[in-house]
Amino acid sequence: MFKKDISPGSKSKVKSSVQRSLRTQLTTTYPLLAPHIDEIVPKKEQLDAMKIPDRVTLYLIGSTPLFYQHMTDLLLPHLRLVHRFPTCFPSIRIDRGAIRFVLSGATLMAPGLTSAGGRLPTGNSEETRKYGETAVEGEGFYGGRELEPGEPVVVCAEGKVEACAVGLLSMGTKEVKEKGKGPVVEDAHYLGDGLWKLALGD
Amino acid sequence: MAEVEGAETPIGPTEPQSRHIVYCGVCSLPPEYCEFGGTVKKCQDWLQSIHPDLYNRIWSADALEAATSSLSVEARKRAEKDAHKKALKAEAAEAKQAATIASSKVIIKRVERNKRKFVTAVSGLEAFGLDNKKVAKDFGKKFATGSSVTKIPSGGEEIVVQGDVSDEIEEFLLENYKVIPEDNIELVESKVKKGSGSG
Repeated sequence: MFKKDISPGSKSKVKSSVQRSLRTQLTTTYPLLAPHIDEIVPKKEQLDAMKIPDRVTLYLIGSTPLFYQHMTDLLLPHLRLVHRFPTCFPSIRIDRGAIRFVLSGATLMAPGLTSAGGRLPTGNSEETRKYGETAVEGEGFYGGRELEPGEPVVVCAEGKVEACAVGLLSMGTKEVKEKGKGPVVEDAHYLGDGLWKLALGD
Repeated sequence: MAEVEGAETPIGPTEPQSRHIVYCGVCSLPPEYCEFGGTVKKCQDWLQSIHPDLYNRIWSADALEAATSSLSVEARKRAEKDAHKKALKAEAAEAKQAATIASSKVIIKRVERNKRKFVTAVSGLEAFGLDNKKVAKDFGKKFATGSSVTKIPSGGEEIVVQGDVSDEIEEFLLENYKVIPEDNIELVESKVKKGSGSG
C-alpha cells in the first residue's frame, strides 16, 4: 500500500467527538489495547489527522504516528506504535527466509508461516496468555484463538524482537494451516515503506 | 481455582509504560533489521559508536551463526546476492545525490522592481533537499519582509524576498543550512538593473 515514498500532507485537527469515537473503535478492535488507551490517546490530547495518498488517513499526536485507516476500514496501528506496545495486537510470526521479501513489500505467503520458523495461533481458544509472553519452549506466544480473514494482524519475524509488518489477513489462520499456500497478508505496512519513512517532524 | 486466579491478576498492567525503542540513525529501521536495509556497513558503524551493547548483541558471531543456520545453503546464497544488489543500489543512489549536490547551484538574483526598489529571487534550493516553503518562511522571519514562493515561467519555483537582501541571504544560508557549500552559491546582479542604474 505504501511502496512509494509519501510526502507529508496537511494536518487537520480531529473533532473531540470523533476522537472519542475513535477511542471506542480502537478498544473494540484491539481489546488488549484497552488498558493502555489512555496512554496512547490521552483524553485531553489533540489528535491530528493527516491525509495521505490512496485515501488513507493517518492519525497522530504531535509527531507520533498512531494509527492509519484506509477509507473507513479498520484502524491499523502504525509500526512505531506496535513497537511501543508489542503485546497488544494479535500477531503471527514468519520464518527468517521470508523477512527480506516482506521488507521489500511482497505479499506475505503461507509457506513463510507454516515452516519451522513460522508461528501461528495454536487454535486453542481456551488459552488466555498474553501475546509475546514466553511459552514453555522459550518461544514467544502467538495467540490461542484462530484469526479470521479480514482481521488485523501484526507480523513478527523469526529471531527478531520487533514486528516487521502490519496488515489485514486475507486468509484465516486455520485455512493457512490447512492449505499451506497462497497469499495471507496483502498490502501490508512494513518496515521501511513510505508510511514508515514519512517525515512527521514539525 | 481459575476464577480466583482471574480475580487476582488485574485486567491490565497497572503502570502501562510504552517501550522505548532505539531506531537506527542511518536507515531508521530497528537495528535488528538493518541487515535488510541496504546500508548494512554504515548501520553497523553507527550502532557500534552509539549503542555498543546493542551492537554486540545483534552483530556478534553467535547471533549471526544462529540466524543463518536455519536457512538452507541455497537460500542463504540467494539472500546474500539480494543483499549485495540492494547495497549496490543504495550506494549508487547516494553517489548520484552527491553528484547533484556538487553540480547544482543556488542562485541569488537581485531584480529591479521599480526604479530604485528591488526584490531578491532565490532559486535552486530544492537540489539540496530544502523545502522552498519552509525556507521562505525563515527568510521572512529573519529579514522581516515579505517572502513568498512563486512559480517561474521556466518551470520550478523560486523564493522572492522583498528588498535587496542578496548579501544577507548568502550569509544566512551559509550559516543556517550547512548542506550548501559556499562555492555553490551564486550571486547574480540582474542585467536589467545595471542598465537602469546607469540611466
